[in-house]
Amino acid sequence: MNNSLLTQDKRTKQRNAAEARFKAYGLVAILVALAMLVWLLVSILSAGSPAFRQSFLTFPVLIEESIADKSGTRDPAVLTKVTTLGYAKILAHSLEAEIAAKGVDLGAMKPKEIGQMISEESSATLRDMVMANPGLIGTTIPFTAIASGRIDGYFKGRVTMESAALDKNTSPEQLILADNLRAAGILKSEFNPGFVTMPDASDKRPEAAGLGIAIIGSLMMMMVVLLLSLPIGVAASVYLEEFAPKNRWTDLIEVNIANLAAVPSIVYGILGLSIFINFAGLPQSAPIVGGLVLTLMTLPRIIIPTRAALKAVPPSIRDAALGVGASKLQTVFHHVLPLAMPGILTGMIIGLAQALGETAPLLLIGMVAFVRDFPGGLFDPASALPVQVYTWTTRGDPGFVERASGAIIVLLVVLIVMNAAAIYLRRKFERRW
Amino acid sequence: MKSAFSFPFAALTLFAGAAFSQDQAVAEATSSSVLYRLIFALGIVVFLIAAFTVGRNRAKTMRSKVSEMHSLPSFHGAVTLQYAALGIVLAIVLHLILGRPLGLGGAVAASLVLGGAGALFGLSTIKADFRARTFTERTIMVALILCSLVAVLTTVGIVASLVVETGHFFELYPASEFFFSTVWNPRFGGGSSLGILPLVWGTLYVSAIALVVAVPIGLMSAIYLAEYASKSVRAWVKPAIEILAGIPTIVYGLFALITVGPLLRDYFAQPLGFGDSSSSVMTAGLVMGIMVIPFVSSLSDDIINAVPQSLRDGSLGLGATPSETVRSVVIPAALPGIVGAILLAASRAIGETMIVVMGAGAAAKLSLNPFEAMTTVTVKIVSQLTGDTEFASPETLVAFALGLTLFTITLGLNVVALVIVRKYREQYE
Repeated sequence: MNNSLLTQDKRTKQRNAAEARFKAYGLVAILVALAMLVWLLVSILSAGSPAFRQSFLTFPVLIEESIADKSGTRDPAVLTKVTTLGYAKILAHSLEAEIAAKGVDLGAMKPKEIGQMISEESSATLRDMVMANPGLIGTTIPFTAIASGRIDGYFKGRVTMESAALDKNTSPEQLILADNLRAAGILKSEFNPGFVTMPDASDKRPEAAGLGIAIIGSLMMMMVVLLLSLPIGVAASVYLEEFAPKNRWTDLIEVNIANLAAVPSIVYGILGLSIFINFAGLPQSAPIVGGLVLTLMTLPRIIIPTRAALKAVPPSIRDAALGVGASKLQTVFHHVLPLAMPGILTGMIIGLAQALGETAPLLLIGMVAFVRDFPGGLFDPASALPVQVYTWTTRGDPGFVERASGAIIVLLVVLIVMNAAAIYLRRKFERRW
Repeated sequence: MKSAFSFPFAALTLFAGAAFSQDQAVAEATSSSVLYRLIFALGIVVFLIAAFTVGRNRAKTMRSKVSEMHSLPSFHGAVTLQYAALGIVLAIVLHLILGRPLGLGGAVAASLVLGGAGALFGLSTIKADFRARTFTERTIMVALILCSLVAVLTTVGIVASLVVETGHFFELYPASEFFFSTVWNPRFGGGSSLGILPLVWGTLYVSAIALVVAVPIGLMSAIYLAEYASKSVRAWVKPAIEILAGIPTIVYGLFALITVGPLLRDYFAQPLGFGDSSSSVMTAGLVMGIMVIPFVSSLSDDIINAVPQSLRDGSLGLGATPSETVRSVVIPAALPGIVGAILLAASRAIGETMIVVMGAGAAAKLSLNPFEAMTTVTVKIVSQLTGDTEFASPETLVAFALGLTLFTITLGLNVVALVIVRKYREQYE
């Protein structure tokens, strides 16, 4: 047996191989975790980015008096009797006329089916325009209509000739015409600002669904969470960290806070439902209830980093302030709190970001309701960004999956901005004592 | 009766600056009354600032006459403000308890009278030897204590609401059936079977798959980061893995729904003949596993780092390779903490809602096939409590019993995990 240190014996080789394997396992584990992250982000981004583009049909619309106002009186009471179906007809006629004027090849399409290519939402928009300004009747106005969800899906690769042949909402002929319209410049794919400004739309109109109300609802809830949890969280942390005597009572509060931070979020939903809605009689679907529930959920998650920030301020600061005659409260409010502020704000932003993405408790307090009207206050029904994602995924039309993924992108962008702000604050104001 | 109880929440809304009270009668007249309440809230603020200024100025004048005062003028101003605020709060409480007899105008008048009286009383306290600072600080201290009690009240609220409604549920439905029946079949016409066992089975199955995914990946990443990685690699990789914990669960849910579910169905379940459902225990478990990786890796990493270097040095000095050191010295020393981390991850997985709602399915089944759709406790809480919630039927109330079960299990896991982690951290300090 060769006992030289320079040549490895069999056992050493085995042990070294085991060492290399072990290290490789670790590396693989990290790579797998990171690959999952990348896979998740790429899959959501690729599914969601089409939601920001939309197919629009631009053509002049003649608002026919024979449909919009048969009586010719322009009496608002008479005008409201014409439903969106009537305006759908007006749009279809005008599009047909435009197709003829531009000499676009109709293919095998029956002129009757042309109307199907325009979203029902656009007839409602046109109707609202006419209601607001009856003088438009009989005139020709430039109008941009939203193409129907199937046509839009065709240009995004979601609808194919084969699937269209089986679909009663569209037909291969419509898709061919859509191609021709695009070549003629009537149909264009453009950036769709409506996705972030418009309210939600009904089951059959994914092309018109937007995040407007959800974003406003989420904003309102975040305002409530910020206004309530910042003062309460800081006050509670200051008391526990700076003033509380160390006894069983404060020990109980501490254990309690640690546990609350780990309670499943859905339990807070049950709490909100039974206390705020059933017991206190606050309205369902209202941002105020969502805000209160999220506040209770966020508080322990804010108190923990706030206490850490307070603890990080060295005792010499307190001693110096007390030494020159400040009271304990003055010490805390004039010296300790300002020094701990960057840490507190960082914790606050991260807490808010968590609250923003929280879905489960909001499902229980009725935020899933279908809301079309923009909320005027904290007590009006509204939706929330993550909940809107969930409601869209429960709908049948595949167009909503794209919308849901697009909504996730909006949510993630906001979260990235918030977390970047937190990191910036930490880097900029971090102090080592 | 109800209006009296709603006061604390109404007071909260006041601070949110949105409205003055949750007033059913006024709520009908929408935007203008909101505006009035906002003006009222603003008026209160102006009034309080005025009270503070008057009190401070009066104390200032007094200080210029007498030789020495105990407190600074601003503290006397603060005392005036406190009495004025007390008057206003009294006025609002009276207004609400008496059932809003005079409407918003009455509330304004009462606030003015009682608030003014409070302010006058506050002004009368301004004297050279009055300890205004001590008085103010005591008030602030009471406020601080009250804020720290919010957390306790939250727990009390959770437990109370769960226990009370669960009690109602067990009056309508036998507890033994709930805990031991293997059939879950709610029918809103009555005659439902509400056995929790299939739900618990689904929950445990999904969580088990999640842990099987997350524990090896999380633990090995933690070991690599703590023992092998250079500082710069660590500085980048650790936060990158922690991003996984910051992503909202709805994103994972959508990922399960549109990517992982169809993929598993098309490439595993259908070719292997396990079924053709895209939502399955496997889908939810895999995605949840990705989500809990950072819970395992971050905490384990901290704990492995806390193992004293002297233990490693001893092992390496005896000739062990780094991996042998990790396996036979570092891991055994860190084991309790790692177990704590895994328990926390398990509690997280059991309480997770959105991933299972969107990935696991809704059918309550007792099956071993991981590619079959099953359901969990949290899914059923959501499905029984969304939509129309009528609080008299066992089909709705069962959600509270499910919630209590979930709360108890996760609380137990958390307490055990926290105790283990805390004990372990002290061990080497």
